[in-house]
Amino acid sequence: MMLEVRDVRKNFDGLQVLDGISFDVEKSDVVAILGPSGSGKTTLLRCLNFLEKADAGRIVLDGRQADLNRATKAEIAALRRKTAFVFQNFNLFLNKTVLDNVTLGLTAGAGMKKTEAREIAVEMLEKVGMADKIASYPSQLSGGQQQRVAIARALASRPEIIFFDEPTSALDPELIGEVLTVMRRLAEEGMTMLVVTHEMSFARNVSSKVLFLEGGRITESGPSKEFFSNPKEERTKAFLRSIEYSKES
Amino acid sequence: MNERLWSILVESFPKLLGYGIRVTVPLTVFSFSIALAVALLVALIQYAKVRGLQQICRFYIWITRGTPLLVQLYIVFFGLPSLGIKLPAFTAAMLVLGFNEGAYMSETIRGALEGVSRGQIEAGYCVGLTFPKIMWHIALPQAFRTAFPALGNSMISMLKETSMAATISVMEMFRQAQVINGRVYESLGLYLEVALIYLLFCTFLTFLQRRGEKRLSGYGGKNS
Repeated sequence: MMLEVRDVRKNFDGLQVLDGISFDVEKSDVVAILGPSGSGKTTLLRCLNFLEKADAGRIVLDGRQADLNRATKAEIAALRRKTAFVFQNFNLFLNKTVLDNVTLGLTAGAGMKKTEAREIAVEMLEKVGMADKIASYPSQLSGGQQQRVAIARALASRPEIIFFDEPTSALDPELIGEVLTVMRRLAEEGMTMLVVTHEMSFARNVSSKVLFLEGGRITESGPSKEFFSNPKEERTKAFLRSIEYSKES
Repeated sequence: MNERLWSILVESFPKLLGYGIRVTVPLTVFSFSIALAVALLVALIQYAKVRGLQQICRFYIWITRGTPLLVQLYIVFFGLPSLGIKLPAFTAAMLVLGFNEGAYMSETIRGALEGVSRGQIEAGYCVGLTFPKIMWHIALPQAFRTAFPALGNSMISMLKETSMAATISVMEMFRQAQVINGRVYESLGLYLEVALIYLLFCTFLTFLQRRGEKRLSGYGGKNS
């Protein structure tokens, strides 16, 4: 098992955002996390990477165990070395070039030699089709290009799993495709991914598993094919119908 | 203008300029360096919310901004000796100016740090950087760029405030003008002359500030 998540709880000012979330992710799984807005999807992802401190919960990632509430700095650092995070708003380092955005974690973080880090960065940037923009600054790139650089930055540390937090939600419609294409290619290469998304086409065609979150709980989960063709829960059916409807209108 | 005044002004100009270059400028540079170091430290402590130290920093800013510079100079130079702390006038002026302006500059830098998006800091953690490294590589360079014009202003006001050091007997440019005036009684001419030299210095600093701002607009200035 790549990732085991057990009983994650998080309360914001009296609102139970996560109410006991448990699930498993196997190696090379691409898990789409779906659900209405405010259902806790993003918070879940942020808790798993310690960007938010959960009230309770445990994870086992690639054999390494941690308590989401009480992990020490060293435990958090060790777990983060195995993960990478792609944000909705890209969050590239604005004062760094594309190349430095990708190498910074390797050099300043992992203490790698510059030349070695550069080689890895170029390889990853080629993978996302951004190798020709090595010297550009983030502000000179489109949203789609920035997100592809962010994915290259995530890949550079050779993570066991990548968390994607609504990676296409901040993009203009015509730029969504290029990012989804890159993600689909990663999925085909066997990268383990956990993706919070509103892109039903991605969830349906690329992801292997779906978790449906509502009110801080997983109300339905299973293989994507089954989830879309034969949803069990009434609420899931309603959600899927509403999406179909909005697509048609 | 009568001939006597003219010859006084011509004679005193190089003298005043000399004191400006040998005392006023170094005093500004040293005080500013102290101010910058103090401001960085205080801003980082506040930004990182280091418990205990944060309260001390707030106290320092409160005291420093809430009392006049002149009074601070008097306390340090004339007051502290009674506690056995005797500082040379130049040192006293340098420290007081540095810590005084440092309080204002720390707020400038803190504000600029707060302006760096939270997301970039989180991204830094996610790629395996520690807090100090995130500060060094990402937050401080961006904050410095934001704060640069305001820090330039601080340096310019500091240059003028060095004239206050005259009141605690530092023989700097303004004190020298007072000394010359004590001999020749040409207040208007001499003080206008010394004002002109301050103006020259400040004009030069403004020029440096502009050039600095141009150089700093390096990363993606066009589209951002």
